[in-house]
Amino acid sequence: MTALEIKDLNVWFGHAHDRVDAVKSAGLNVMQGESFGLVGESGSGKSTILRAITGLAPHWSGTIRVEGEPLYGAKRDRGFFRTVQMVFQDPYASLHPRHTVDQVLSETIRLHGLDNIDKRVTDLLNDVGLGQRFRFRYPHQLSGGQRQRVAIARALAGEPDILLLDEPTSALDVSVQAEVLNLLTDLRSQRGLTYLMVSHDLPVIAHMCEQLAVMRSGEIVEVMSSETLRLGKPNHEYSKQLLNASVAPHQ
Amino acid sequence: MNLLDIEDLWVRFPTRQGVFDAVRGVSFSLGRERLGIVGESGSGKSMTGRAILRLIRKPGIVEANHINLEGRDLLQLTEREMRSVRGKQISMVMQDPKFSLNPVVTVGEQLMEAYLQHNSGSKSRAKKMAIEMLEDVSIRDPERVMRAYPHEVSGGMGQRIMIAMMLIPNPNILIADEPTSALDVSVQRQVLNIMDGLVKERGMGLIFISHDLNLVSEFCDRVLIMYSGRIVEVCEADKLHQAQHPYTQGLLNSLPRLDDKRLHLSVLTRDPSWSDAPSVRG
Repeated sequence: MTALEIKDLNVWFGHAHDRVDAVKSAGLNVMQGESFGLVGESGSGKSTILRAITGLAPHWSGTIRVEGEPLYGAKRDRGFFRTVQMVFQDPYASLHPRHTVDQVLSETIRLHGLDNIDKRVTDLLNDVGLGQRFRFRYPHQLSGGQRQRVAIARALAGEPDILLLDEPTSALDVSVQAEVLNLLTDLRSQRGLTYLMVSHDLPVIAHMCEQLAVMRSGEIVEVMSSETLRLGKPNHEYSKQLLNASVAPHQ
Repeated sequence: MNLLDIEDLWVRFPTRQGVFDAVRGVSFSLGRERLGIVGESGSGKSMTGRAILRLIRKPGIVEANHINLEGRDLLQLTEREMRSVRGKQISMVMQDPKFSLNPVVTVGEQLMEAYLQHNSGSKSRAKKMAIEMLEDVSIRDPERVMRAYPHEVSGGMGQRIMIAMMLIPNPNILIADEPTSALDVSVQRQVLNIMDGLVKERGMGLIFISHDLNLVSEFCDRVLIMYSGRIVEVCEADKLHQAQHPYTQGLLNSLPRLDDKRLHLSVLTRDPSWSDAPSVRG
């Protein structure tokens, strides 16, 4: 089954002569349980695709289907957020500085209309490998990796099927990145999640995803399997450039 | 002869919970070479770079037996004398051009200021130098860029302008603190190549501070690996992948690789003895 279907997607900001076309007729299909990567330089429109799906980029045209259901405009209902959740790049900016971990998670659970909040918070913290001693801490009392685990727990609170991951580890040290990526790998297999992951780091995408799309100035120039990337055999000239730029010669 | 010689450098911050030691007794020397300093956030690598230029703000404390720049101890200089060292003898490129260029002054004026601060000369001479310098960092159409404001140039161009600005007074030592972390991979390499070329051509010493092991092993001659304020290992950059210290090996292994497919990445397990071991001389 197709978890996420995007056809002929255009996203723009501003209007008339100020109009910027951030995404131009992009199309991709993500099957259920699959992990799909979006790579490209900054400004190539990869994050904008995620924002259009979640309704954070209100001006778009084309088709977005989530588990077969088409989306319209920028309004998303409660059912959508029980299906699709997003993890943002910067764990320092995406958590409320004056809410404890407990407040962040229980508020999210309550908004999803779920009961048994106390048990759910306990379970979520265990699932993301934080444990109960972090429950009443504030974000400034956590490290970057721990904050990103809280952000992942918050995304999982509504038991979604699809996670949109916007550079989830690019603000973290490599050793912490490894821990968070391992967590995401485990959560996907335990919960049968579908990932759409944005990153500028090709080895990270190859590690996490089965398929990936390469974007440049708003367009998808190539869709390939991670295997093709690992073998160093992309077709498009730009994908080759990107690959050469990110692999050190002696590797 | 060594350009820079540092002996037993400490950077301390008094806090309500007692004194926090960000850098703990680091010693190293720099010749006409490219020296990399790598480590995770909080390892003290940036603090080391800033301490050399005495840019640690109060209440931070910098202590060392000496920080000798061509035989002169920087710690003994007055603040006024220090100002002639900064820029003229040692300059520093910071991480993000967005925050290090003045947003309300044109690129040209900032470049000319950098020249006129340390050289007596006419404005027209400064302008000529600035344009030459922009050409050196491969900026096409330097005349136009001179008139531009920082927000009108891209990140990669901004960082090249920063490098140009730092090299205009012709310093002997360049400290580059994560100079390309805010840039895209494709631009990263271009900026590094330019910096590398200029440093080689002028026979400067470069201190390259980064968290990116692969980048450092590619662009430096020698690498210091820092962990919790100390140097845990020193190695030749091209032999970084044969590093001995478990911390360095752990960092290298935690990176995903295109040529090695695995389900889980290996995770670094930290040994308390790493931070207790005395600092290695670099």
